[in-house]
Amino acid sequence: MPFVILLVVAAVLVLWLVGAYNGLIALKNQVVNAWKQIDVQLKRRHDLIPNLVNTVKGVMNFERSTLEAVISARNKAVGAQGVAATAKAEGELSQALGRLFALSESYPELKSSQNVLQLQEELTSTENKIGFARQLYNDVATQYNTRQAQFPTSLVAGLAKASPADLWEIEDAAERAVPNVDLSLDQPKA
Amino acid sequence: MSDQNLFAQQAANKRKSAWLIGGFLVFFAWIGFGGDYGLYLATRGLPPGNYHHLVPLIGIAATLVATGMAWTAWNRGDQKVLGASGAWELITPVTPEQQQLNNVVEEMAIAAGIPKPRIWVIPDKDPNAFATGRDPQHASIAVTEGLLALLSREELQAVVAHEMSHIRNYDIRLMTLLAAMVGAVGLISHFMLRSLRGVRLKKSGAPVALVVLLVWVLTLILAPIASAILSMAVSRKREYLADATGAQLNRNPLALATALEKVDAAPEATRSIIRGAGHLCIVDPGERKLASRAGFLSGLFESHPPIRLRVARLQGMGYAVNGER
Repeated sequence: MPFVILLVVAAVLVLWLVGAYNGLIALKNQVVNAWKQIDVQLKRRHDLIPNLVNTVKGVMNFERSTLEAVISARNKAVGAQGVAATAKAEGELSQALGRLFALSESYPELKSSQNVLQLQEELTSTENKIGFARQLYNDVATQYNTRQAQFPTSLVAGLAKASPADLWEIEDAAERAVPNVDLSLDQPKA
Repeated sequence: MSDQNLFAQQAANKRKSAWLIGGFLVFFAWIGFGGDYGLYLATRGLPPGNYHHLVPLIGIAATLVATGMAWTAWNRGDQKVLGASGAWELITPVTPEQQQLNNVVEEMAIAAGIPKPRIWVIPDKDPNAFATGRDPQHASIAVTEGLLALLSREELQAVVAHEMSHIRNYDIRLMTLLAAMVGAVGLISHFMLRSLRGVRLKKSGAPVALVVLLVWVLTLILAPIASAILSMAVSRKREYLADATGAQLNRNPLALATALEKVDAAPEATRSIIRGAGHLCIVDPGERKLASRAGFLSGLFESHPPIRLRVARLQGMGYAVNGER
């Protein structure tokens, strides 16, 4: 009888082990897949930018420095490796593009050009897709990180070669900056 | 929505879909074999040489037909609904509007983490949209031309997000099956009641038999009404949830609120969407003015909660999100 009990306990343990291991592996693959989704969209964005710059170059001749900033940010982003570095480079590219779009508002001939509008829609969509892919990636990665750190799944983490996945942090200086508020009025305080 | 919650929603919808198919088959079998029993009683007392109904042919036929219908609803229900609305599939976007729709659907599919559904456009001037299909791998989103013309990019995105969450939590399976089956129940009941006219029961005798037959006739009369109420009730509950989970996909509840208000302001009914598929749509395709009246009984037959309540909830969400920042 004790032998049977031992056998049952061992069987339950093995079943749990298999379940926990497979769960971790499934999550790990989801993280990898979510990252690939981001990668696809980033590549598309990198391909679209030279098109955009070429199209607006003629009209926005005066904004040469803005255009060059976009190109150099784009080239940096193409070469970036790893989650953290990619996130930083892409953040800078987003800022440069944002400035370009803001400036283009004051060129009515750009707003009426079908070609530019189409490119802008494509870029907006790509930006959105990057954002949503990032949202999905961060959700899945957080789940994966939590699961492998929680007891008792943490005991299997080494076996499944699980290590915490990097989250895509927003490295946007403008979004991070704390506004400097000066409440003092011109007259000296009493 | 947390993943546990999403999983529970999916499981509940799959379970309800299975029950629905089971109930549908049982209903047809009951109608068929009940009819056989009635005929058996009616012909039992006749002298030899007359027709005696001994083999339950109606029951067997009804069960077979129901099985075929359930099979069709499962495999081709989405195509039936889309076909009835006159929608055409958007494969290669041509106009800027179509390109935008295509992009927005891709964006929301990424946010929901599901494959991109097929996109359909309904040639109708009234703004409306629905999703249909069996599961996220076999799903379709249909929008009217009126919707594309009326909404801004953000609002269109919000509507697509709402539909995408219907797809992700398997609402579409339950709703599409309901759409296919409500019509079939109405049809068979109508047919059986008509063929019942002029039938007289002679010397049926046993009170048990009378009770069975009474219940049978009652089923025939009540089933179409009950199934319609069922489909409306199921849908009403799902709309708030899809509003909320959709807002989590595009992180912009206020865009859906303004989209709903704009769509609600359009006075026309969506004529290309048949009554039986109304519960699939983002807003009730019937006459808006009629649908806005309040009251207990009118609420029973409405597939959607009043727009102003949905807008109020979304606005509450929007201000909560902004307040956290």
